[in-house]
Amino acid sequence: MAELEAVIGLEIHVQLSTRTKMFCGCELSFGDEPNVHTCPVCLAHPGVLPVPNEEAIRYALRIAAALECEVAPRSIFHRKNYFYPDSPKAYQISQYDLPLATNGRLGEVRIHRAHLEEDAAKTIHLGESGRIHGSGVSLVDFNRGGTPLVEIVTEPDLRSAADAAAWARLLRTTVRQLGVSDVNMEEGSLRVDANVSVRPPGSSELGTKTELKNMNSFRFLERGIEAELARQREAIEAGGTVVQETLHFHPEDGSLTSLRSKEEEHDYRYFPEPDLVPLAPTEAMLREARGSLPELPEARMRRYEGELGLSAEHAAQLVAEPEAAEYFEAACGAAAGVEPQVVANWVTGELAAALRQADGGGPAGSRVEPGALAALVGMVQEKQLSHGSGKQVLAILVAEGGDPAEIVEREGLAQISDSGELEAIVAAAVDANPEAAEQVRSGNRKAIGAIVGAVMKETKGRADGSEVTRLIGEKLGV
Amino acid sequence: MSAELLELSVAQAAARIAAGEVSRQEYSEAWRERAAADELNAYLWRAEDGAGEGEGPLGGIPVAVKDIFCTEGIETTAASRILAGYRPPYTATAVRRLREAGAGLLGKTNMDEFAMGSSNENSAFGPVLNPWDRERVPGGSSGGSAAAVGGGLAPCAIGTDTGGSIRQPAALCGIVGLKPTYGAISRYGMIAFASSLDQCGPLTRDVADAALLLDALQGRDPCDSTSVGIEGGVGAPARQDLKGLRFAVPVELAHDAIESGVREVFEATLKRIEGLGGEIAAAPLPHAEHGISAYYVIAPAEASSNLARYDGVRYGLRAEPAAELIEMYESTRAEGFGDEVKRRIMLGTYALSSGYYEAYYGRAQRVRTKISADYAAAFEEFDFVVTPTSPSVAFRLGEKTDDPLAMYMNDFFTVPSSLAGLPAISIPAGLAEPDGGGPLLPVGFQIAAPAFAERRLLDAAYALEQAING
Repeated sequence: MAELEAVIGLEIHVQLSTRTKMFCGCELSFGDEPNVHTCPVCLAHPGVLPVPNEEAIRYALRIAAALECEVAPRSIFHRKNYFYPDSPKAYQISQYDLPLATNGRLGEVRIHRAHLEEDAAKTIHLGESGRIHGSGVSLVDFNRGGTPLVEIVTEPDLRSAADAAAWARLLRTTVRQLGVSDVNMEEGSLRVDANVSVRPPGSSELGTKTELKNMNSFRFLERGIEAELARQREAIEAGGTVVQETLHFHPEDGSLTSLRSKEEEHDYRYFPEPDLVPLAPTEAMLREARGSLPELPEARMRRYEGELGLSAEHAAQLVAEPEAAEYFEAACGAAAGVEPQVVANWVTGELAAALRQADGGGPAGSRVEPGALAALVGMVQEKQLSHGSGKQVLAILVAEGGDPAEIVEREGLAQISDSGELEAIVAAAVDANPEAAEQVRSGNRKAIGAIVGAVMKETKGRADGSEVTRLIGEKLGV
Repeated sequence: MSAELLELSVAQAAARIAAGEVSRQEYSEAWRERAAADELNAYLWRAEDGAGEGEGPLGGIPVAVKDIFCTEGIETTAASRILAGYRPPYTATAVRRLREAGAGLLGKTNMDEFAMGSSNENSAFGPVLNPWDRERVPGGSSGGSAAAVGGGLAPCAIGTDTGGSIRQPAALCGIVGLKPTYGAISRYGMIAFASSLDQCGPLTRDVADAALLLDALQGRDPCDSTSVGIEGGVGAPARQDLKGLRFAVPVELAHDAIESGVREVFEATLKRIEGLGGEIAAAPLPHAEHGISAYYVIAPAEASSNLARYDGVRYGLRAEPAAELIEMYESTRAEGFGDEVKRRIMLGTYALSSGYYEAYYGRAQRVRTKISADYAAAFEEFDFVVTPTSPSVAFRLGEKTDDPLAMYMNDFFTVPSSLAGLPAISIPAGLAEPDGGGPLLPVGFQIAAPAFAERRLLDAAYALEQAING
């Protein structure tokens, strides 16, 4: 029996980085003392009314534009009713049958809908279980309550856990580039739930799905989906069935436990929120949202591959971090006569490695100016500097910044360009390694490495490797 | 302070205060003494000192405020045990606007719990008595405000009207009650019963005072997205005749249960309208008779959601220690809410449940749309729609408490204009005996107008009021 096909859709919550909350004037915060960013509105005192945050609407429209969605001329807020201490009104203001945006697309995945809503407060259950049952004391922090959220729901277009994680990364990069959210999974400003089912290959029907929650990193997202797919395949292959339920992912051991079954689902008693009028964006707002879009990862990817001739791997790597991509482009602009692919090699290779070794930050925030990197790459390409010396200069740039030419001068790293001087060093090295020389003469080209190494040691890396190899070969007559 | 001063209308008193002929301290003190002598249970809280400050049109006028409006630091309960002791951290926009117009707070008035009721018998703090006959109800839900003004315990008051809660008690207490167009006055700080219907309005001794208060209260409020205000305000009404105005009497609202005394006063009032040059004709409002059914789905549905926040977590009553969260919710709400509130929460929860939503809430909303269309059609031909305010005069305490449906029928004439969001006023039109005999009691006459036509509505009501008072 062929392996059952995976069918995966994602539900993503994006916390918007507006100045204030969705329906009141309290400031957004993360990590502040509990319950300091609250007011009668977000604590749901009697008589209060919500007033929509215009900035949040603009941000949501920007997301809708980036996801190529159709924007509803009039969308409606609904009340989603449920009792829980994280919901002070006992309903969440969300959108239901008339969402802000529908029918979009990002990469190969269709977007079913995107809508605006408010975040819940945070509950903390003191006690062993960490859950409300059996907890001695439960505390509520309303700082987060009312933070604007955009919920994005995809069609079930993903076919593997790895694809789902990769697509979620693309979405994260896209939203980040819009400047509307921190999209940080650890801090919860990006939350990804997955709807997972399996079906026989070639089938067009959908199997019974389960919903996976609490995967707060891309790695956990992939592991969670992987584990659930395995569980579902095993169940069906053993002649069983999948039960519709919501599952909680445990990052400690990668296991999944049931939160609630379909029968235990809430009846949210949705009805149109009478305290708000329909949301009808003006033509100017829509124009502004479309006009404000930066070049998004997908388009940038195509340009890097098509126009700049980058490999798909390098293009993807750069595009994943908008700051790195912008750094790369600035360096390309400053590096006349150097192939973009060579600059890309340095940005994603040598520079990334040097930064990792130093402090782990990205290139944009480092001391290495894009112009300095460009100059350095140019010097290496022009053979004014050996590749090895180039890496030494880069390490100094990472530590102190500055101008690579000056560093080369100061450290005496300029490549040996006097061929007489280099020939003498080569001759000495050949004499000092008679065994290797003999092996090379008798046809073992690999043995040349020992002699090259000796030359490099003597020149402290200031020699051009290929020139050294050529000279050795000449000397030994091979 | 002469008793004569307290007989002045608010407009007259404000003019005397502004002219320096009367001290606002003395005037406020005199009303506080009246309020202190309340034997009607009209007040839940009374101010001990102070007077309105500022030079606005209501400078120095003390106002009785229904206990559904939040007042910072002053207990606000909506007459419910669940909010006993609750002191809001903010003040309702309507109350703030009154203050900005120079008014002071005289007291907080009793009401049906969360504005649910037509007799004021649903208050957790005891019923209010009708100033005309203490064995009878003052109407509801703004019964405390109506009794305070009708009983001479306040010069004016504000209340809220969801399906008739200003107009019906005004009628039963012999005063003027105005429900403005939905959106005319901010709802911010007004404890919600049914958000798409709730509207603040004045209860006053005459029409000119209603206009004066409305001007102070109305206006767009950035804290209420559904508020729009009345462009240009209303000004003081001055019209003396009704020439050229057409009044529609809806045929479908010729309701069987209407008392004969009420019918007589209503018909006499129609004659007066004709005497003032107005035209009367029957007009169809084909869906208005379904108003009560639609209203008692929509209002409880919204209430079931609006009242869900009273859970014992953040403020108000919390029932004694519970082992589990659900138990805390259940016992808090079981102890905190009265029977009528519970009844409506259950009705509304049911109506919104998945599988029933279309059959109840969806259908009720469609009826609502049709009622609005009926009024729109009527206003193509007519300036106003007139009916009795209430099918009966004030009834006895306890008379309808065991029969919720009979109680709900009190709203028969007031609910349709509420569902359509239209302004409507009740003015005292005369006195009548209840069916089966009894004392002479006030009868209200209701005039409804197109949305935001308050100026025309108050003008017509003023002309009619002058004629009725002879």
